[in-house]
Amino acid sequence: MSAAWRSPRARVIVGTGIAAVVLFVVAPSVLSSFRLNLLAKFLCLAMVAVGIGLAWGRGGMLVLGQGVFFGLGGYMMAMHLKLEDAGPGGVPDFMTLYGDGVVPGWWEPFRDPVFTLVAIVVLPTVLAALLGLAVFTRRVRGAYFAILSQALAAAFAILLIGQQKVTGGTNGLNGFRSFFGFDLADPVNKKMLYFIAAGTLLVMVLLVRLLMRSRYGELLVAVRDQENRVRFLGYNPAVIKAAAFAVAACFASIGGALFTPIVGIISPADVGVVPSIVFLVGVAIGGRATLLGPVLGAVAVSWAESSLSESFPSFWTYFQGALFIVVVAFLPQGIATLGQVRLRLRVRSQDEAPDEGTAEPPPDEAAEPGASAPSTSGRTA
Amino acid sequence: MDAVISQLFAGLSLGSVLLLAALGLALTFGQMGVINMAHGEFMMAGAYTAFAVQKVVSDAGVSLLVSLVVGFVVGGLLGLILEITLISRMYSRPLDTLLVTFGVALVLQQLARDVFGAPNVDVRAPQWLSGAVQILGVGVPKTRVFILALSILCVVALSLVLKLTPLGRRIRATVQNRDLAETSGVSTRATDRLTFFIGSGVAGVAGVALTLLGSIGPTLGTNYIVDAFLVVVVGGIGQLKGAVIAAFALGLLQATIEYSSTASLAKVLVFVIIVAFLQVRPQGIVSVRTRSLA
Repeated sequence: MSAAWRSPRARVIVGTGIAAVVLFVVAPSVLSSFRLNLLAKFLCLAMVAVGIGLAWGRGGMLVLGQGVFFGLGGYMMAMHLKLEDAGPGGVPDFMTLYGDGVVPGWWEPFRDPVFTLVAIVVLPTVLAALLGLAVFTRRVRGAYFAILSQALAAAFAILLIGQQKVTGGTNGLNGFRSFFGFDLADPVNKKMLYFIAAGTLLVMVLLVRLLMRSRYGELLVAVRDQENRVRFLGYNPAVIKAAAFAVAACFASIGGALFTPIVGIISPADVGVVPSIVFLVGVAIGGRATLLGPVLGAVAVSWAESSLSESFPSFWTYFQGALFIVVVAFLPQGIATLGQVRLRLRVRSQDEAPDEGTAEPPPDEAAEPGASAPSTSGRTA
Repeated sequence: MDAVISQLFAGLSLGSVLLLAALGLALTFGQMGVINMAHGEFMMAGAYTAFAVQKVVSDAGVSLLVSLVVGFVVGGLLGLILEITLISRMYSRPLDTLLVTFGVALVLQQLARDVFGAPNVDVRAPQWLSGAVQILGVGVPKTRVFILALSILCVVALSLVLKLTPLGRRIRATVQNRDLAETSGVSTRATDRLTFFIGSGVAGVAGVALTLLGSIGPTLGTNYIVDAFLVVVVGGIGQLKGAVIAAFALGLLQATIEYSSTASLAKVLVFVIIVAFLQVRPQGIVSVRTRSLA
């Protein structure tokens, strides 16, 4: 155990290597194609979780409306796939079924694959940035922001259900045959989708790590812990928070866009109030302020859900409720930090350290061990 | 003219339902700062209480009146249990309370599903509430008038309790300055518990009232919780007056927009208007002026 192994850079390289081997080599060779597709779906949900980890864990913004951005990405992708299936100038099947068989004007641009991909990344990001700036500038925060974001999810789901002629209503959009020219019925292409999802998730995690280690990351944590002090130092907290919110929205949108072809359906049931909150379970369990916690938590919870809810649907709901209660109430920093909690308790009992004044340890203690050293010393000063 | 009046009543009626749903929240969220996502499930519990009471008391009129009382107690007790077991540990972490109570909401919903079954059930409305009354030449269903009256009654009763009784004085003192209240001999813990009991009890009453509007199911609460929170946010924290104004304003707004478009579009437009409104008045309609940092 030389010092070089403990340096943050080495950890990242080793960690990325291990994750890459597991995702790209072990999983595809061990899992059946059905399981692999399931894992791909979980990875899409984990993308949303990475964004939530940044906005909620690091930025302190309780985002209860990520389903909106997930849905935006998912629906934009679905629109393109539907139009692609219909062929040039064609009309998606459900439109002739529910409506008058005319493709509405705002659907037309999504015939273009490049436009669709750009829109999936840009549109939710811009929307979140504008919304974030609007509410954060007026210092709407904490519970108020949480409730607003939740109302956004409610409104979005209601809108989707209400406009059945152009959104497919409760059924959502489904029955895609091809993905940018690749036949979706072909298992090889399903595998390709998995690799795309795994690669995207890996890039996202590295990006968040980069953000967390940057000056911006420090500012974000500072805003979470002491917004007014950051303001007095001359920064604009609204911009800092809106940026994190926008990144989270972008990740959610990409996750949704990949979710659609992998699962084969996107519907209001994936984007409303309840799914938006359920995104948070995995993040809370994994450790909201950690880098990998949200990813592992989201994958674990989705896996548990898919294996438990089929055989015991009623039990799963109780279990999910209990998870929320137990983890958030008694283990607010998640399971990823259990070891550190134990360590802290042992240290405290050993040298009988006087209490630091706050009953709750500041959340970012739980951050990845390599990164927490500078911020800890900063706080005690 | 008739159309305007009937829209007006539709808005008032919607507003009164919102008000009933939000009134308890105005106490627990507005006064105590606790975000209770299980509030909607307390309403659901109230609604199922009405269903259960009707099984015992066959006369629909008597059972409605009995359920209003029993619903209050059931909602209140649920709230009390929640406060003592979980929320009391988490006053310093309001956002986490939201998630914990969401977990409670999930459990309560599933419990209702297991006990009463997933399909919706109906509660018979009493004979004297069937039909419509003519108000200004427009026929308004009697149940709607009853709910409007009930919501006003609840507001009046609550504000009287807050203004006149020793309990109300303790609640206001605790809200305004917890430390000073404690120093002056007020047991803030007991006050918190009682406030939560009353707030959750009102949710139970709201649930009983909702049985008059249609069949009830395990997800009854989720349909109202978001709107109810919006009412409190728009109304402003700390005073019932704000919630009353906000509930009726949102109800009228929703009904008006609905008239010229669709219900789903109206919801979205109302949300946009709320965000725009919070740009102008981030503290809500009625705000208590403080000198603390915003």
